[in-house]
Amino acid sequence: MSSILFENVRLIDPASGRDGKGSLLVEKGRIAAIDPKETSKAVRIVDGRGTVLCPGLVDMRASFGEPGAEYRESIDSGIQAAVAGGITSLALLPDTEPAIDNPALVHYIRRRGEETGLVSIHPYGALTKGCAGVEMAEIGLLKKAGAVGFTDGARAIADTKQMRNLLAYSGFLDTVIVLHPEDPSLAKGGCATASPQAVKMGLPQIPACAEAMMVARDLRLAELTGARIHFGHVSTGEALGLIAEAKKRGIRVTCDTAPPYFAMTEADIGDFRTYAKLSPPLRLEADRQAVLAGLTDGTIDAIASDHSPADADDKRLPFAQARAGGTGLVTLLGVTLQAGLPLLDALRLLTVAPARLLGLEAGTLSIGAAADLCLFNPEEEWTVTAGSLPGRAQNTPFDGQTLKGRVLRTFHHGREVFTAEGLSS
Amino acid sequence: MNPAHHVPHLLGIEGMTEKDITPFLDLAESYALLSRSRNAPRDVLQGRTVINLFFEDSTRTRTSFELAAKRLGADVVNMTVATSSVNKGETLLDTASTLNAMHCDLLVVRHAQSGAPALLSQKVEASVVNAGDGMHEHPTQALLDGLTIRRHFGRLSGLKIAICGDIAHSRVARSDIHLLRAMGNDIHLAGPPTLLPGALGTLDGVTLHHDIDEALKDADVAMCLRVQRERMGSGLVPSAREYFSLFGLDRRRLALAKPDALVMHPGPMNRGVEIASAVADSPQSVISEQVEMGVAVRMAVLDRLSRMKNPA
Repeated sequence: MSSILFENVRLIDPASGRDGKGSLLVEKGRIAAIDPKETSKAVRIVDGRGTVLCPGLVDMRASFGEPGAEYRESIDSGIQAAVAGGITSLALLPDTEPAIDNPALVHYIRRRGEETGLVSIHPYGALTKGCAGVEMAEIGLLKKAGAVGFTDGARAIADTKQMRNLLAYSGFLDTVIVLHPEDPSLAKGGCATASPQAVKMGLPQIPACAEAMMVARDLRLAELTGARIHFGHVSTGEALGLIAEAKKRGIRVTCDTAPPYFAMTEADIGDFRTYAKLSPPLRLEADRQAVLAGLTDGTIDAIASDHSPADADDKRLPFAQARAGGTGLVTLLGVTLQAGLPLLDALRLLTVAPARLLGLEAGTLSIGAAADLCLFNPEEEWTVTAGSLPGRAQNTPFDGQTLKGRVLRTFHHGREVFTAEGLSS
Repeated sequence: MNPAHHVPHLLGIEGMTEKDITPFLDLAESYALLSRSRNAPRDVLQGRTVINLFFEDSTRTRTSFELAAKRLGADVVNMTVATSSVNKGETLLDTASTLNAMHCDLLVVRHAQSGAPALLSQKVEASVVNAGDGMHEHPTQALLDGLTIRRHFGRLSGLKIAICGDIAHSRVARSDIHLLRAMGNDIHLAGPPTLLPGALGTLDGVTLHHDIDEALKDADVAMCLRVQRERMGSGLVPSAREYFSLFGLDRRRLALAKPDALVMHPGPMNRGVEIASAVADSPQSVISEQVEMGVAVRMAVLDRLSRMKNPA
């Protein structure tokens, strides 16, 4: 593997707080030096022309359709979207068909990631068998096989006693339980946040408090059992308030959100746009503002893509019948950069923060770390166009939006795995 | 033992001291020798009536009590739930008055509800022996475990004793913990949090572990408790294979204990769940001896309660 010298770049490493002009040398797939004084002649030089070089993004929550629904997104196709989004580490949800509830399936997902050689894939294990919320999955054996955490994906555990047992059991395994915070009986059949617009549209609704109710229950159970929990795609101010208060009290809780929840509102489902039908549903403006505030004040620990592929037939349906979920890999960086956070903070939420949550050795520019890198131009604009995005699934809620911040090149373990159009590789 | 009542009972080990426990063990030890030589004294309980009142199936414990009573010459009647009037709706206290009318001397009670033998003991004229009540106590099991350990080490104090398995639902664990603490041992409990109540960690001399290897390290005794199949998938343990992988007593783990450590199990065993066959059948295993000591301990309990009730 050849050596690469990145010159004339703005190096941003949230793990160390570094943000400044410099150069970075990669040798044998690892970061060898920052601002090296001497380099051999055999080195490939990448001139950043003042653009940003940061750690490859770590996406802590994405779904592909493999195994079981490859027509929506296979690992191979999904990875094309990931590298185009500057992502080099992916944690994949286990609610596939079959669910990742068996050690052999954990090995399978890891091996598929290794076969592609383009990104590091870290499987979550199913929290319950078949992610059905009834019987506990073999958490200990799945962890031994390499599961980085446990979750039932976009399904919440309805039974409180079962939830208590799951948290108690997982507590001694030093792992994280990732939860979908939504009261399932309140959410059943609903497809939009309760709001005047949803009433006018005649859509079955989910009250926003369905999130806070589940968060309150699970925080209390985490306190009871000592388990470490993480709420995925938190989208309401009320839930964030509970999480912030729990953190102060020392409960072992973290949370993430996804770009739609700080970049869009329920107004975006107007005209019954099924690409904007998400789970949890898009919220009111006040909640969007609360999510932005949570990103700033540290209540929210990470930003995840929430990539949830659908094919055209899944979405070409009446709104209530359409499949919930949107793609998010390609747009993860660009939408996050619109949030108005300082660049260093925004990138922390996309790199080292999620890596540490899952115990991954990724997301830093430290010497000796794997050279997982993202080179992007924070000033360059591009327009999201469903139908011409990398990857199979095209159901982006950001269709038609112009984003500022374009990924130019992505490197995984020192190998260039993505090159933007118009650049030489 | 409840000396406050003039009728002596053995309802649990909790509250018993070394001075209360040792006479049972001493007498049981002598009965163990007499049983081996087929010389048990048949006249000790002659003319006395022992009723084994089992509201819960148990072939092992009932047989052990029956044998103990017969070796001492008692008249023994077995009443099991399948044939009793309990199935016809009779309450526990109605059963008590029926038994009183029969002039029974010793009543051995097994019940699925914690506290049922204690309730009966308030209403019957017989001495009550708790043969296991719910998740509460199983005092004769603790005495036989104590006797087995004492015979091997020559003492029942200052030992590191690891107890692994379903502590939460185990009456054996509770009685063993009371007895081994009273005698002055260092107790280490191991199991997943769903089977190991954190409250036990507040007891002096008891340490909790979620890593069985730590509990077993340099232990003198490795005691496994049964993990019932119905715990699997009920939300407490995901599967038998995961339990065995994380908590099963296999050869590698047993090697962490002292070289002469005893392997114990109250039975019935789930081979391949809480214990590997190679360990259960190893020379370190005293599981069969526990059964033998069970008869001797029950002889001693019936004898002593009878004597305390009818002083010579």
